Amino acid sequence: MLRLEARQRTPAWLNLTLPLVAIVVTLILCSGLIVLAGAGVADAYGVMFKASLGDSYAITETLVRAAPMIFTGLAVTLAFRAKFWNIGAEGQLLAGAMASCFVGAIPMPGPLAMLLMAIAGAAAGAAVALIPALLRVRLKVDDVVSSLLLNSVVFYILMALIEGPWKDPFSGYPISPPIEDSAGLPVLIEGTRLHLGVLVAVLAAPLVWLLISRTVLGFRIRVTGENPEAARYGGIDVQRVIVIAALLSGALAGLAGVGEVGGVHFQVMSDISPGYGYSGIVIAMLARLNPLGVVPVAIFLAAVMTGAEAMSRATGVPAFLSDVIQGTALLAMLVALLFTAYRIRRSA
Amino acid sequence: MTTLPPLIEMRGISKSFGPVKANEAVDLAVAPGEILGLLGENGAGKTTLMNILFGAYQPDAGEILVNGKPVSIRNSADALAAGIGMVHQHFHLASRLTVMENLLIGIPGKGGRLDRAGALARLDDIARNYGLHLDPDQPVSALSIGEQQRLEIIKALFRRARLLILDEPTAVLAPSEVDGLFSALRAMAAQGLGIIFISHKLNEVRALTHRCVVLRHGRVAGRVDVPAETTALEMAQLMCGHEIVPPERGPSVPGAVVLSLDAVSTGGHGGMPLRAVTLAVREGEIVGIAGVSGNGQRALADVVSGMLKPQSGTMDIAGKRVAAFTPREVQALGLGRIPEDRMTTGLVTNLPLADSMVLPRIGTEAFSARGLLKPGAIVAFAEAQIEAFDIRCPGPMVRAGALSGGNLQKALLARELAFDPKVLIAAQPTRGLDIGAARFVHEKFLALRARRCGIVVVSEDLEELLALSDRIAVMYEGRIVGVLDSADASVSRLGMLMSGAGGSA
Ligand SMILES: Nc1ncnc2c1ncn2[C@@H]1O[C@H](COP(=O)(O)OP(=O)(O)OP(=O)(O)O)[C@@H](O)[C@H]1O
Ligand SMILES: [Mg+2]
Repeated sequence: MLRLEARQRTPAWLNLTLPLVAIVVTLILCSGLIVLAGAGVADAYGVMFKASLGDSYAITETLVRAAPMIFTGLAVTLAFRAKFWNIGAEGQLLAGAMASCFVGAIPMPGPLAMLLMAIAGAAAGAAVALIPALLRVRLKVDDVVSSLLLNSVVFYILMALIEGPWKDPFSGYPISPPIEDSAGLPVLIEGTRLHLGVLVAVLAAPLVWLLISRTVLGFRIRVTGENPEAARYGGIDVQRVIVIAALLSGALAGLAGVGEVGGVHFQVMSDISPGYGYSGIVIAMLARLNPLGVVPVAIFLAAVMTGAEAMSRATGVPAFLSDVIQGTALLAMLVALLFTAYRIRRSA
Repeated sequence: MTTLPPLIEMRGISKSFGPVKANEAVDLAVAPGEILGLLGENGAGKTTLMNILFGAYQPDAGEILVNGKPVSIRNSADALAAGIGMVHQHFHLASRLTVMENLLIGIPGKGGRLDRAGALARLDDIARNYGLHLDPDQPVSALSIGEQQRLEIIKALFRRARLLILDEPTAVLAPSEVDGLFSALRAMAAQGLGIIFISHKLNEVRALTHRCVVLRHGRVAGRVDVPAETTALEMAQLMCGHEIVPPERGPSVPGAVVLSLDAVSTGGHGGMPLRAVTLAVREGEIVGIAGVSGNGQRALADVVSGMLKPQSGTMDIAGKRVAAFTPREVQALGLGRIPEDRMTTGLVTNLPLADSMVLPRIGTEAFSARGLLKPGAIVAFAEAQIEAFDIRCPGPMVRAGALSGGNLQKALLARELAFDPKVLIAAQPTRGLDIGAARFVHEKFLALRARRCGIVVVSEDLEELLALSDRIAVMYEGRIVGVLDSADASVSRLGMLMSGAGGSA
């Protein structure tokens, strides 16, 4: 019989290789589904790889898709460090998208527009995150539930707007009017969609890392997350720290929406986010709440998403596979995390 | 007793945590019916040794024999199967469940159903045999600490433990509860159970145990064959390898009042509230707070440390009126605090020790500037304190939770004393500390008194209060029912006041 036994210490190599192991296990498990869908495993993964990382254009496409997930991954990481369970990055992203689109549609000089879009988007995301934070610190309402439910609220507000007063008068589709051309984020490499927002996302990761590990605020966030009682006795205003962490988290998620509006879609529509907010939770967990780990993990999941679409076109395997891979990766990581604390022993 | 084969025997047990040799070639045996005392300074390796016996750790070397047969104990289930039960320093109970539900956790029922009737009968047996009574339907959250400990013991007996390990069981008990525990333990020994009893209170050890093993730096430093005929001082000497001199409390001329409470009353926040408490502490004096636990001491400590805002009354620290009652405010006024509950309100067990050591002052320029931490300064501070207070640990970046109880307390003391508080409030400051460490704490308090700090010591240990304090205030049902000069105080006088039978003081 196999049993779990508590480990005395987690070997360092295990911490580093775990996410990789989780990913490999995920790909193996998902190959079963590919076979079921009637395609060759090697073919399918081959197409996925080529379409997502096979050439420089594919790489830029993957990076463009990774950008919003880096932001939401960072948002969730920051919140979870304070044990503020922000499941609402999706709604905060949508709020950020709406606010920045609204600002971007106002004629003004490009750089100013971009700056104001970023500020408006971050503020809108923060405002949405503020609601569950205040509910928790004032009324002890569970933050998991309230932040999760707010996603639907924000989504239907968005729908109501683009089906109603905010509907694009020219196309007549349920999409918002586009932002001004000058407000679009500049493209970094000619001939690709790699926009300024991607660079900002990648740079945000070390900044969040610095915030958490090198600032007084980050110290307070860590201590509050680990032991709120000791934090309180130590003179930390725990409620304030939770609210600040929520605001910062919401702002980061809001920036994900800004990047999508300013660099990819240039307007708001109902499917502007294919669940980037939820992916943020997977990414944060896979990165073990380390902001620096968020970037590679987000790029991996982005590659899976881009690759899955191409694979579905080429082999007929449904693109839903990317969702399965994401979910399986999270489960694999959670199991893998178990092995940092326990090991398997064979018992007599 | 010695003719029977030992109930359990540990041979040549060694265990290291990185560079720390927690146990080295330790031999130890317990016979049926024997109460074995396990002594040693803080960090000597007592808990580690018992955790090995209970399967929480694997030894690096050595073997364990049960009834003369070698066994391998890889987890607590193995230990329970071998008849070994353990009551930890920190309890492992599910607080939302009832007593009965806690007993039945992990016990296979009859045909998938819990065998409640059978369990009740066993519970009854245990109550009758050892005098350990508990209401099976009480939720654990409603039990006092003493009752929770009783539940842990019952849990072990319920699983038919033949050997019971108790890691500092009396540290959390009031003196009256200790008597009940001891008579239960004696009854168990009389029925052939073996008991390993860990305590730093040497008088208890002398009263209870049949034999003692003394650990020092992980090794067996000596054995005591007749504890009742060995003095506490001799035992202490075995433990630390040198003589222990009690610190001298020299005269001190108290100065201006640095902490004053005037008619402070609080609302209930779980425990006993304060009722019109008036108290003045002057610089250069130590005021002891005596009382049976649960008579408002916690509320007093919480008010003084800014965690609890009084409903009425006022408090001044160093001549300044406390307005907001936040920890930050009282800290800024010069208050230092040694909390009763080191693990939950003192330190952050999952973060590096250094983080806990700078926690209350992280915003000061010593450790940060313009919102940025000074990691170098933080580590250097922690290293300096580790050195100055002889905190035994692998270094400032070790998880605070890995430190032994005494070393945790030294770390807290170091952190508060490093900033020259004007007022210090310390709750149960030597609970769980070995004699040497307790002396160390007392010396630090006396040195602080000489530096004109005003000190409040809340303690259930009357000997400690009598040795340390200039004045002793007695609390009963949320009031201060008497303040004695320690020259006029005695254990019996204090005991009278503590029981509410005081009258005038
Ligand atoms: N999990 C661990 N990781 C690292 N070091 C540890 C661990 N557990 C114990 N130690 C170290 O091993 C030594 C022995 O610790 P142990 O807790 O056994 O002491 P103790 O005799 O029970 O002390 P106390 O009387 O304070 O409870 C100490 O130096 C302690 O810091
Ligand atoms: Mg111990």
